Amino acid sequence: MAALSKSWATKSGLPLTAILFWAAAALLPLAGSIWEDPSFDYYMFMGQSMLIYAIAVLGLNLLIGFNGQISLGHSAFFAIGAYTAAILMNFGGWPYWSTLPMAGVICFGAGFLFGFPALKLEGHYLALATFTLAIAVPQLLKYKAIAGWTGGVGGLLLEKPDPPWDLPLSADQWLYYVCLVTAMVMFWIVYNLLRGRSGRAMMAIRDHAMAAGTMGIDTALYKTVTFGISAGITGVAGALSAITIAFVAPDSFTLQLAISFLVGLVVGGMASLPGCLIGGVFIVLVQNSAQSISDWMKVSFSLRYDVPAWAIYGVLLLLLMYLLPTGLAGGAASLRGALARLTASGATPREPAVSPNQQKEPSR
Amino acid sequence: MIGRRYVVLGTAAAAVLPALAARPGLAQKKYGPGVTDTEIKIGQTMPYSGNASAYGVAGRAQAAYFRMINDAGGINGRKINFISLDDGYSPPKTVELARQLVERDQVLFLFYPLGTQTNTAIHKYMNQKKVPQLFVATGASKWGDPQHFPWTIGWAPDYHTEGLIYAKHILANHKDGKIAILRQNDDAGNDYLDGVKEGFGEEYSRLVIADATYEVTDPTVDSQILQLKNSGANIFIDITTPKFAAQAIKKAAEVGWKPIHYLVSIAASIGAVLRPAGFDNAKGLITAQYAKDVTDPRWANAPDVVEWRAFMDKWNPTANQMEGSNVTGYASAYTLVQVLKACGDDLTRENVMRQATSLKNLEVPLLLPGITISTSPTNYRPIRSVILARFEDEHWVPFGDLLTRGKD
Amino acid sequence: MELFIQQIVAGLTSGAIYACVALGLVMIYVSTDHINFAQGEMAMFATYLAWALIDAGVPYWGAFGATVLIAFVGGLFIQRVLLKPLETAPVLSLVVCFIALLSIFNALAGTIWSYTIKQFPSPFPPKDIFGDGLVSVQQLGVVAVTLIMLGILTVFFRYTTLGLAMRAAAQNAASARLMGVRVSWMLALGWGLAASIGGIAGMLVAPIVFLDPNMMTGILVYGFAGALVGGIANPIGAVAGGFIVGVLENLVGSYVIGNELKLTFALIVVVGVLLLKPAGLFGQVIVRRV
Repeated sequence: MAALSKSWATKSGLPLTAILFWAAAALLPLAGSIWEDPSFDYYMFMGQSMLIYAIAVLGLNLLIGFNGQISLGHSAFFAIGAYTAAILMNFGGWPYWSTLPMAGVICFGAGFLFGFPALKLEGHYLALATFTLAIAVPQLLKYKAIAGWTGGVGGLLLEKPDPPWDLPLSADQWLYYVCLVTAMVMFWIVYNLLRGRSGRAMMAIRDHAMAAGTMGIDTALYKTVTFGISAGITGVAGALSAITIAFVAPDSFTLQLAISFLVGLVVGGMASLPGCLIGGVFIVLVQNSAQSISDWMKVSFSLRYDVPAWAIYGVLLLLLMYLLPTGLAGGAASLRGALARLTASGATPREPAVSPNQQKEPSR
Repeated sequence: MIGRRYVVLGTAAAAVLPALAARPGLAQKKYGPGVTDTEIKIGQTMPYSGNASAYGVAGRAQAAYFRMINDAGGINGRKINFISLDDGYSPPKTVELARQLVERDQVLFLFYPLGTQTNTAIHKYMNQKKVPQLFVATGASKWGDPQHFPWTIGWAPDYHTEGLIYAKHILANHKDGKIAILRQNDDAGNDYLDGVKEGFGEEYSRLVIADATYEVTDPTVDSQILQLKNSGANIFIDITTPKFAAQAIKKAAEVGWKPIHYLVSIAASIGAVLRPAGFDNAKGLITAQYAKDVTDPRWANAPDVVEWRAFMDKWNPTANQMEGSNVTGYASAYTLVQVLKACGDDLTRENVMRQATSLKNLEVPLLLPGITISTSPTNYRPIRSVILARFEDEHWVPFGDLLTRGKD
Repeated sequence: MELFIQQIVAGLTSGAIYACVALGLVMIYVSTDHINFAQGEMAMFATYLAWALIDAGVPYWGAFGATVLIAFVGGLFIQRVLLKPLETAPVLSLVVCFIALLSIFNALAGTIWSYTIKQFPSPFPPKDIFGDGLVSVQQLGVVAVTLIMLGILTVFFRYTTLGLAMRAAAQNAASARLMGVRVSWMLALGWGLAASIGGIAGMLVAPIVFLDPNMMTGILVYGFAGALVGGIANPIGAVAGGFIVGVLENLVGSYVIGNELKLTFALIVVVGVLLLKPAGLFGQVIVRRV
């Protein structure tokens, strides 16, 4: 049985762990119906947030981890996606699920356009340009000329959708499924993209752009399209966030958000798909934990001052950079590798290619 | 025929029964979520990080106040468990934390959550879930709407009213003035502006000849001050936050522009704004106050200020006493404690809301004399009055009458 | 017309602030080939240290000198301890490091010294030059000190052996090592100097904009823009760029797009310059051989 399912998995290309993970995630809401906890809807909401951030980090990972570019400004695309969904729902009366593909398309366009100037920028320069983008976006969203559409400083309030067809689910359980399905689709798209020629081209550009160019890869096209896709994916996450929070406002999309994405990516592990999920969970949980650590420190060490949560956050980041530069996923992979080596040494040792004794003994 | 015995019994009963009914111990104990015989759990979201972290001072002052109350035995024997979480002024985070507090931690209500956008994000949710969003910490005027949002109530006078008061004052005293406005490009700025616009009515376009904005990220407002001076205006409505107010006052004086200068209350602290700006430059400034400026020498010996200082020294020693949020935090915490005391043993969300909306002329320490808190099921604005004050000789001198917002 | 001139002058004075910050950015770039996102917060933190010293009774110039020294050591420390292990790490790890430093300094300053604005004393007399309040001695002082620092740095980099060694270490560490340059210490020196310059910039700027933990965030963006416009590898260019950005920002804000889109304008400047003339107006184009 195990062999059967394993072979099916490898045929479709998916590792078994991935399938098990998604299946478990899908079954999670049903646990709520069994386990009657009044705060279960809250956990569903947390699950939605984690999935949304995982998708956002996925978009960023495609750009940074798999294509070697850099962006400190993905909060801008997240914002465009969110506002697209909000405006379409509010003023266009669009049903919430239809705003997702639209947000993706519009953000793809925005990312593609930004990709052109990004072509000429490398490393620090691109970081700088996107850093400025992240800082400029909240002010742009408040601009009074477009305030009629964007709700200006006050933002836009949205309606939280209900489950359709009278399904026996709460609104939060339903939205969890919406986020889950969207995440599965996004991961599937990226997974297939990476396995094919495009993926190899992207990674070739990342590893050695000049060589890739000489091999005939149109680096300019690939880089701009990758920027577009990356922005589109993050934009879809933004649209989901608008739907689940039911509110968009300029202050939701600051530089802090862009930094969170980056941190989630680095912590989860660059160029690692499971890393994106870890990153999403990290973003949601750690800020709360930083505060708990701060409170704990103040009490345990009888400190006069509070230890600010963001300082702890910064220190955590630094530690991660030194101890786990490949992120948690990378760390897990190294661990697996180390374990494999340990167990392999107990198996039959491989024959050396030429044994020192064989030369002396002629074949009989 | 009613014998004497019955009369005596009847009298005795008449004397005893009301006393029995009034004793809280015998009244039925009704608890909402988060309440036990020994504890009342309260939640709050505050920006302790990010751009708006300056406002987190209020949360710390309130936490200190509740520690003091707990140390003295709590409220009717119950200690306050005050859970204040950092939302970084980000609405999605506020939504998450509000849900955590309400659904996971099961708090009785949210107290003094701060920020207009952040409170807007949870406005509908709190009312749907029927959880009090008590004494919201923003000056936006939309919180006083009992008809649509009966579970949300503000505390401080709103910005809209303040802007309106300035406009009316100008109309009454400087009818033919030319007005310039500087405002921060955010909710507060917009709210004030709306109040000013309403106050001027149709005269707005005639009277206001210059209107400049700035962002929190701008290094200085020097350029804006130059623009406004150059417009030839002789009245200046200054809608800024402390740092930019200080810059504006200083620069206006430096370039020799001496308009009639109205400064919004959020930036009117003597210690935090006027001293850095220069007392000479700040002469003649007009503002609307509802709370005492504790850095003002005239209140130095007022009993409530003395008590406040003692509180700060003992319970909140690391805070900077010049920050106005320590005053509003203290006064709002006091208000809450009175509400909870009035609840007695009926600590349900409905009763908390009921008590909070039946305050009659409650005297709150650190509010200006004559300003009290009153609420009713149709009046969701606890503090409706302000007094105009002019800055002379290094302190604010009130003038005129108490100005009260009319009935909604 | 008078307003126009006034706006230009105001732009030059805010440009002086940007130029000062840009100088620190250039310093880091020239000596380490990195763009330090935490430069603004480090400058702010150093200024707070100065303020704390003055508040404790140390006279102004003593506090000034002490701060420059402390900042230097601090910058050195950061490079040696925090950044050295990441010398061979990808750009992204370094960027994350800078962002982490940014968060730490900002949060610490806010906690230790609160968010109320503080006055910072100025060594210049509170007079103004033309009598109409347009340009104060303080603002001219900022310009003067910036130009002096610029002069010292230019001479240092171009005409001294140490300066040459630092530039070599940044541009080609391997070759520099072969020439006997102690690359790691050059980088550390670069950071130390940049931190000191940042501290000086902060102490010059604080009397004008008032000291608070978020003092530098906006300035940093415009400082970046200025450094890029002038040429991020070129101190003279960066200073010129700072002034240009200051004037443009003021003029555009007053006449063209209004104050509400100034950051967007900065973004356009940054992107535009990076696209059209990445080496900046005064920079040299570096041709990389394959």
